[in-house]
Amino acid sequence: MEALVTQIQSMTVLAAALIIGLGAIGTALGFAILGGKFLESSARQPELIPVLQTKLFIIAGLLDAISMIGVGVALLYTFNNPFLSAAKAALGA
Amino acid sequence: MAGNATEYIKHHLTHATVPHDGGFWAINIDTFSVSLALGFIFLFVFTRVAKTFSMENPGRLQLFVEMIVEMVANQVKDVFHAKSAVIAPLALTIFVWVFLMNTMDLLPVDLLPYIAQLIGEHVFGADPHHVYLRVVPSADVNATFAMSLSVMFCIIGFSIKAKGLGGYIHELFSAPFGPKVGPINFVFQIIELLAKPISLALRLFGNMYAGELIFILIALLPFWAQWLLGAPWAIFHILVITLQAFVFMMLTIVYLSLAVEDH
Repeated sequence: MEALVTQIQSMTVLAAALIIGLGAIGTALGFAILGGKFLESSARQPELIPVLQTKLFIIAGLLDAISMIGVGVALLYTFNNPFLSAAKAALGA
Repeated sequence: MAGNATEYIKHHLTHATVPHDGGFWAINIDTFSVSLALGFIFLFVFTRVAKTFSMENPGRLQLFVEMIVEMVANQVKDVFHAKSAVIAPLALTIFVWVFLMNTMDLLPVDLLPYIAQLIGEHVFGADPHHVYLRVVPSADVNATFAMSLSVMFCIIGFSIKAKGLGGYIHELFSAPFGPKVGPINFVFQIIELLAKPISLALRLFGNMYAGELIFILIALLPFWAQWLLGAPWAIFHILVITLQAFVFMMLTIVYLSLAVEDH
């Protein structure tokens, strides 16, 4: 029984860490490319900076989305592990 | 208050659900009442400014409201090219309401829940350990999905209004690949139609839930460390709050403009 719980908990920890970490890598790369392009365009056409800045924030909000969904799922696994509950239900029955 | 760290976190992540054991018809009354109260505050302030509107002598509140309304009107004008009297008020409501709901996250983590516990203990005789209150409505999937599903129904309604019911159903089966592969088009269109509200809701929920959770974790630190970490996070969170409200509003406008455009 303890071996099973240990197994489930350790796998869940790894899963949560991977979700958050990989999401962070993707978001960081996305923001870096976005910021770089914005800076290039601002240097090329400074009069467009206000227009581009609005669009920058919109795209930043979109980039955040998937990693935030991942963080939500990972936090669900951390604080309310559904696999553990399922295993306990299966063992208790 | 702290006791066990996990208990503290779990207590602050539990909604005040009525009936308490859940079920399909259970309502999170904390989300419900806080969002309703904030909606009424928004309406009260904005209608008051509209009623006491003065062209020659605008007060500061009127200038502030005008700033917000002008910003929303400009965004709608830039993106939405058809005629509709509903888009701009809808966008304004979404922006201000989501912004107010998100701002509840800046209150100290224990403030309103502690007051609720005191009220529950002394007025209603409830066990203070079972008084739950989560004050950020947009950190509840129910609230964010309610808003995004309403936006999805608006998308469908605007499409039907712009193209007619027959035209809309024809488009569901003939775009984007052409009329001969109807079922494939339908699958793609349905996926596209469902991805919009799901991503809208989960984007807002994920951002606010993560922000709230980090505030709760900061609250578990010793008191001399709390300001060190809490202040930068709160300042960053101000940006996140405004950004998420703005993105929700912009995406609503963009989806609705896509719904009415002719190909």
